[in-house]
Amino acid sequence: MNAPRHDPSSVGAAKAQKVQFNEPLRLRGGAELPEFEIAYETYGRLNEARSNAVLVCHALNASHHVAGFYEDDPQNVGWWDNLVGPGKPLDTNRFLVVGSNYIGSCFGSTGPASLNPATGKPWGADFPVVTVEDWVEAQARLADRLGIERFAAVIGGSLGAMQALQWTLSYPERIRHSIVIAAAAKLTPQNIAFNEVARQAIMTDPDFHGGHYYERGVVPTRGLRIARMIGHITYLSGEAMSEKFGRLLRRGAPGFDFDIDFEIESYLRYQGDKFSSYFDANTYLRITKALDYFDPAADYGGDLTKALARAQAAFLVVSFKSDWRFPPARSRDIVRALLDNRRIVSYLELDAPGGHDAFLLEDPRYHTALRHYFSNIDL
Amino acid sequence: MQWVPQGARVLDLGCGDGSLLRSLWQERQAPGYGVEIEDQAVLACVENDVNVLQVDLESGLSLFSDGSFDCVILSETLQTIHRTELLLREMLRVGREGIVSFPNFGHWSARLQIALGRMPVSETLPYRWYETPNVHHCTITDFEDLCRRIGIRIRERLVLHDGRPVPLLANLLGSVAVYRCAKG
Repeated sequence: MNAPRHDPSSVGAAKAQKVQFNEPLRLRGGAELPEFEIAYETYGRLNEARSNAVLVCHALNASHHVAGFYEDDPQNVGWWDNLVGPGKPLDTNRFLVVGSNYIGSCFGSTGPASLNPATGKPWGADFPVVTVEDWVEAQARLADRLGIERFAAVIGGSLGAMQALQWTLSYPERIRHSIVIAAAAKLTPQNIAFNEVARQAIMTDPDFHGGHYYERGVVPTRGLRIARMIGHITYLSGEAMSEKFGRLLRRGAPGFDFDIDFEIESYLRYQGDKFSSYFDANTYLRITKALDYFDPAADYGGDLTKALARAQAAFLVVSFKSDWRFPPARSRDIVRALLDNRRIVSYLELDAPGGHDAFLLEDPRYHTALRHYFSNIDL
Repeated sequence: MQWVPQGARVLDLGCGDGSLLRSLWQERQAPGYGVEIEDQAVLACVENDVNVLQVDLESGLSLFSDGSFDCVILSETLQTIHRTELLLREMLRVGREGIVSFPNFGHWSARLQIALGRMPVSETLPYRWYETPNVHHCTITDFEDLCRRIGIRIRERLVLHDGRPVPLLANLLGSVAVYRCAKG
């Protein structure tokens, strides 16, 4: 497969890098990580004024591999490759784009499968619960190492959007633009409920062993599989599912048994199998908790306007009408609080069919908006 | 535009591509936001570096707090709104002052075309009946009646035709009316 190598709009071969931090990181939950590593990738170049860096924050199951492909694995294309590249909406000819993997991940940054320096064994269940605030803290240290004092923009969708928002609160002076896509300033009980079902699926898997499954050489794949299936249902809109699968029968007629009948069943099983083959159960538990705990207004009696008073950045907020996991009303909450604080904000509410996953797709209106927005950022 | 004070906070309802907001910013340093529902217009605003909020005016202005703007502009938008009264009230809830402009359906050319049995088409009413986005036409007299009824005080009125003020017989000779209004 040589194709991507010759694609002028691809960043080309990407190189995952790691940086080690020996200063302990105090976490919101009270625990401390004595040392940690962050995996990251960069595309483009930092300009002389160091004013053109854009941080891309990833969501639940993605990583620092945002764009391009790996020399030894050309099929492994970055998760936001449709957005990031030379001449693409987030143009790497103009910006230095940084993809950073959050701590607690299973893709390179220190996480539950890493070795606990205190025991010399994998952290497993002992790896602390990390939060969006902790991730921003770690990303700020990465920015220090890369010589980035201030980001031109921080962008993310879903859980990534929570990080883009948190950046404006943790480091208001270090971010000029925050691009918050398919977001919520906090999860609803319904959302937390979905996460809890996913966690229960994992924790009740007999191979989970209280989170210490690495040393037993097993993986709670059944639990992870079901967790992913539940999640996947919520990322797609009902409409998109109908359109994609309808009530198509795999075998042409009902089997009157418990093999796969409907296409949607086949799709969910496939997604579940695929996910459970590469994702770590302990990581999944922790990111769903990070989602559940995110609520910047909590310290302000639930008043989001007060919570966002610290933010100085200009905002672009984008939501998708078919997204029922983080529906437009949740984005409007953020916009309202920003307006109350007289912040610079634009808000797009696009009638795109993709559900929550629409932020990863290439709706022309969505990408045009991002292209215009980025090109108006002064360097 | 001369009714917008220097540095005023402006909200432009139905802002199109944002060109008014852009010139207000350039000429009066008036920071503003536009509200627009059409995708292409919203994208044009983003391209023009104008703050735009894609929400439906028909559902009111719930994004905005009371009195959060010095001036709310409703330029050539009133006639496209179903819930006219709601929007006018909302306009003066979120803004201290409103500027409203609309094509005057009482202009003689419209009256004449109706008298001849046709829906009016003109420079200020450019759409044919089957393709118009307009749903609620009114005349100058109608608008002033409504303002009186719902407690809107008219501070200033400017009636124009071909861009020039119309001194006499406004409802007959004016094709566009612009009002500066406030809560009664």
